[in-house]
Amino acid sequence: MTETTSSVAPPVPAAAEKLKFYGLWLAAAIVLLLLPKLFSSGGSLTTFSLIGISIVFSLSYNILLGQTGMLSFGHAVYYGLGGFLVIHAINIIGANKLPIPLPLVPLIGGLTGLLFAVLLGWVSTQRSGTAFAMISLGLAELVASSALILRTFFGGEAGISANRTKVFRLFDWSFGPQIQIYYLVAAWTLLAVIAMYALTRTPLGRMCNAVRDNPERVQFVGYDPHVVRYLAFCFSGFFAGIAGALAAINFEIANSAYLGAVQSGTVLFATYIGGVGFFIGPIVGAIFVTFLSLGLSDLTQVWQLYFGLIFIAVVLFAPGGITGLLMMHRPLVKAGTLGRVLPSYLIAFVPTLAMLIGLILATEIIVYFSVHSGDDSHIKAFGVPFDAANRYIWAMSAVLLFGGYWVARKTWTMVGHAWDEATSGAREQGAIA
Amino acid sequence: MSTAIELRGVEKSFGITSVIRNVNLTVAQGERHALIGPNGAGKSTLFNLISGYMVPSAGSILLRDEVVSGLPPYQINRRGLSRSFQVTNVFANMSVWENLRCAVLWAAGYRYTFWKNIDNLPEVRERTARILSDINLTARRDVPAGLLTYAEQRALEIGITVAGGANVILLDEPTAGMSHAETERAVELIRRLTEGCTLLIVEHDMSVVFGLADRISVLVYGQIIASGTPEEIRGNPKVREAYLGEEAA
Repeated sequence: MTETTSSVAPPVPAAAEKLKFYGLWLAAAIVLLLLPKLFSSGGSLTTFSLIGISIVFSLSYNILLGQTGMLSFGHAVYYGLGGFLVIHAINIIGANKLPIPLPLVPLIGGLTGLLFAVLLGWVSTQRSGTAFAMISLGLAELVASSALILRTFFGGEAGISANRTKVFRLFDWSFGPQIQIYYLVAAWTLLAVIAMYALTRTPLGRMCNAVRDNPERVQFVGYDPHVVRYLAFCFSGFFAGIAGALAAINFEIANSAYLGAVQSGTVLFATYIGGVGFFIGPIVGAIFVTFLSLGLSDLTQVWQLYFGLIFIAVVLFAPGGITGLLMMHRPLVKAGTLGRVLPSYLIAFVPTLAMLIGLILATEIIVYFSVHSGDDSHIKAFGVPFDAANRYIWAMSAVLLFGGYWVARKTWTMVGHAWDEATSGAREQGAIA
Repeated sequence: MSTAIELRGVEKSFGITSVIRNVNLTVAQGERHALIGPNGAGKSTLFNLISGYMVPSAGSILLRDEVVSGLPPYQINRRGLSRSFQVTNVFANMSVWENLRCAVLWAAGYRYTFWKNIDNLPEVRERTARILSDINLTARRDVPAGLLTYAEQRALEIGITVAGGANVILLDEPTAGMSHAETERAVELIRRLTEGCTLLIVEHDMSVVFGLADRISVLVYGQIIASGTPEEIRGNPKVREAYLGEEAA
């Protein structure tokens, strides 16, 4: 290596840094191993499994959206087809006593996702932007409706089911209990996350970013953006297929909902809320959205409405997602000026919370009168009982909503000022370029 | 001397408007050739045709005696022709280092590789570092290209263009919008980076053109009205009338 290279190029990570990097993955593995010891109930094991599946699916989606700049409305196609094939595979393996253990079966789902991405991707990745989004939507509708028409393969509305315990056993693991499924999902999640992270660090991974930023210029450095998009699409399909396979193994059933628009929408939602600009964004989003959808559906009937509101709020106010919001603070932490914004956050929190409570109250009251107006007006939302017909409650929700908004607006300006001050402080110290 | 670029009866029209009319042009290997002409003469269109961004309506374009007209830009680039853009055209969200590295990858033979760590490619690293220090952006290595100053972006634009090691370089107004001092530095940079290459450059600044070019072609209303050494062009009455005259007036 010449002298210029060593003085000009980014430093090669030192041994200690490399160790730290591998230590991070090891720590993740240990956390995954120990989680069931801390939360051993069947419910939490199921939740963890769902989170793992969602992480793989969301990361696979971000290969398209965040890495390569392709907005897909039909990513569930590869997830769903992976799931269906896996259910069939489990049945075939069980019936013929084939020596394929269950831990290898997700690979069948991945290869299915890959196969369909290879088949459908070449046409849909011709263009990015609106054309790609529309084609993905069309293909999704096509496959979802085929799932209802081709009953012999997809099982119609009921779907098809399988018994995962009938598969060839290795080390006497039956994969009946949820804990064994948890470990299967956790292992595949870790593998898939590592593989997808590694992909971002390859020449292809970087050219995906280049295609996202400027597909025109990519052509003038020797690359065909269509091929880059196509390869990204194939990888994305492969990992989506693995996620679908894990879901099918977890539920022992695959039905048309796996392939549907709701599934495609949910993955977009989770990925975007987590933050498309960072590798860990979709992981954060998957955890957040899985908890939210499990939690909110117990607390209120109209949880999807709140989902939508959260999504709109993120798109409008935090386009970088949760991860983007957190990462914004990194230079402040580095420069030690974080203390200048925190008090303003606390002050802004109170009226903003009041405003949100007012909004929730108003929403629940409106839902009561428009959907259940004949029923008992003593309802419960988010665990709090109240009388939806009581005018004082109406007044209170209005006061909270509008009063909260009025006060909150002022505190938001305050946050803005504190933020400017903290960032300029950080800039002085050279923590921001 | 063998030819690097040859245009034979090239025409380009958009609908009924013909922008390039029967252009014949030969650029010899190793020559620094400037393309001048008034605004709207079709200089950028000609660049778009040569680099494959547009397909000529008639005629053919040859790169080292091979017909390239009709090929997509990336195939022309792989045959050793690289171009810059008049309006800065970089990868805005990626760092300066990443921008240059993307431009090095194909030529280094890595293509669509997804089984190698990009940080473990010594020759890519070395070439990227060399270009980075050549364009004097070492201090700005980790800054997203979108946050660079205008002059820095123009330097990066040239860096991306030459990074792949193409030996035919097309530069579209590389000094546009620069101050006098910046222009001088940019010319120095161009001279250094394109040494041994064939250079075709569109430029408005006459001091740059006459200082840099071995030969000059004048494009007016889509036609080449004169082609020759700087002295011949300076003395050509047709050129004086159509182009230089305006400047003098």
